Amino acid sequence: MNTISLLSAVAFWLAAWAFNEWLVRQRFDNPIARHAAGIAVPLLFGITILVLWEGIVRGFAVPSVLLPAPSAIWQRLITSLPTLWADFRQTFLKSVITGYVLGCGSGFIVALLIDRSPFLQKGLLPLGNFVSALPVIGVAPIMVMWFGFDWQSKVAVVVIMTFFPMLVNTVAGLAAASHMERDLMRTYAASWWQTLVKLRLPAAWPFIFNALKINSTLALIGAIVAEFFGTPIVGMGFRISTEVGRMNVDMVWAEIAVAALAGSVFYGVVALVERTVTFWHPSVRGGQA
Amino acid sequence: MERESFLRDRLIPIGTVIVAIVAIWYVAVIFLNAPFERDTAARNGETITFAEIVPKTMAQERPVLPAPHQVAAELWDTTVNKAVTSKRSLVYHAWVTLSATLLGFAMGTVLGILLAIGIVHNRAMDRSLMPWVIASQTIPILAIAPMIIVVLNAIGLSGLLPKALISTYLSFFPVVVGMVKGLRSPEQIQLDLMHTYNASSAQTFWKLRWPSSMPYLFTSLKVAVAISLVGAIVGELPTGAVAGLGARLLAGSYYGQTVQIWAALFMAAGVAALLVVIVGLAHSAVLRRMGARA
Repeated sequence: MNTISLLSAVAFWLAAWAFNEWLVRQRFDNPIARHAAGIAVPLLFGITILVLWEGIVRGFAVPSVLLPAPSAIWQRLITSLPTLWADFRQTFLKSVITGYVLGCGSGFIVALLIDRSPFLQKGLLPLGNFVSALPVIGVAPIMVMWFGFDWQSKVAVVVIMTFFPMLVNTVAGLAAASHMERDLMRTYAASWWQTLVKLRLPAAWPFIFNALKINSTLALIGAIVAEFFGTPIVGMGFRISTEVGRMNVDMVWAEIAVAALAGSVFYGVVALVERTVTFWHPSVRGGQA
Repeated sequence: MERESFLRDRLIPIGTVIVAIVAIWYVAVIFLNAPFERDTAARNGETITFAEIVPKTMAQERPVLPAPHQVAAELWDTTVNKAVTSKRSLVYHAWVTLSATLLGFAMGTVLGILLAIGIVHNRAMDRSLMPWVIASQTIPILAIAPMIIVVLNAIGLSGLLPKALISTYLSFFPVVVGMVKGLRSPEQIQLDLMHTYNASSAQTFWKLRWPSSMPYLFTSLKVAVAISLVGAIVGELPTGAVAGLGARLLAGSYYGQTVQIWAALFMAAGVAALLVVIVGLAHSAVLRRMGARA
């Protein structure tokens, strides 16, 4: 029985692999079929991973304390939806979104403020680059001490983590418009504001969206890790650390699945907005070519 | 164009900003720590003037925000005055974290390069793996770090390796993305030239793709080394705070030792800066050699 499930999982893996190899060599004339094939290949790969995981867990009878099967995680996920929703609301809706908006917003505003002072730029940019390389997550215990256990301290951590990538990228983006284009604006006698809104901000969007995308994952990580240092009895980080202690590993995986889904959707939404705002950019235009 | 001067374009602006930050820090120290001193004075039935509060806020045992000189003193005390092997030495803790970081960084780099080679040479791998490599980073891996540590402990793996595995997971991603870009950076005309030489795909790889991917590799390595340090620090949180910079952070937050937290933070910052600088030096050394060869 156990060997059968293992063998069938391996058989599925080999079959899916062969099918993928065949699929990527096909030339589809129909654009819809080509598009479907483009989605099917990675999807099949993901399903294969899940099947292989299930097969290995069943085949070798891995205890669920170490690694629960995907089916067990799914069971757990749909039976504990209220808990997961409460955690999601505490961590994602309160901490992550608030911190993300505040951090990105203040990074953007500070970048605009120092834009007119080359001196401040020269002073702040190397520091901003330096801070981006630091383990900023380490401020979490300090923030928990200052702002208490509730979501405010997590917001503070997220703000600090997202501020510097946004600052550095916005400043770089505002410098992206070329001299020729800026000189043209000058010949039009455009004011600083007009140049900013009509030329430099549009040119900066790709950089700003780059920061927004980086920050979308950073924000989630910051909020969850900050909860390890103290939290009320709700939240994704809290649930993960306590359920690990109680050896309910399937619950932990369910929480991870929610976090992964939330992270991917968050990233996806930012990427979608980017496609509509920077429709002119080569990387968007050339996407399907 | 004017030539860039080190003094005018680097030292003075950066120095001014740092001085400003330290000044703001001292002001914040006074205002954040003053309530505690006022409370103490009120409990003793004394009145305390602002001039008396200021020096006291700089010398508290467990301040809300320690003054820069307190942090500096703690750093000096725990690095220079303690034996390196002592558990109270910050150098010892930094070394514990650094060894996990380096091991994870090395494994992540090798894994990332291998994956990138596979992705560049095999269409099926490219199409099926690349979306998942990107999706893997939207999973807050740091969040599941505690579980990985606990699970690996349960099957008998403890110490360095579990932490290093988290660093590996975090650091392979930038390397894959950078290397795929780098290995594809040779232009069609160069690939065609290799084709006319009847070069095998191994020869094309070693003589064209690999050298031209070096700038991309090192840019990715800088990101990877910084992020693997973060991974190692977070990996230390759930192990019961035994050793390492993450353990110092956790122990400091349990016992309200703010000075200790700040000292560990600055140590971590120093280690991160050191690692990035080393990778940067290796980068320029490799590029210089390649430039000399060309």
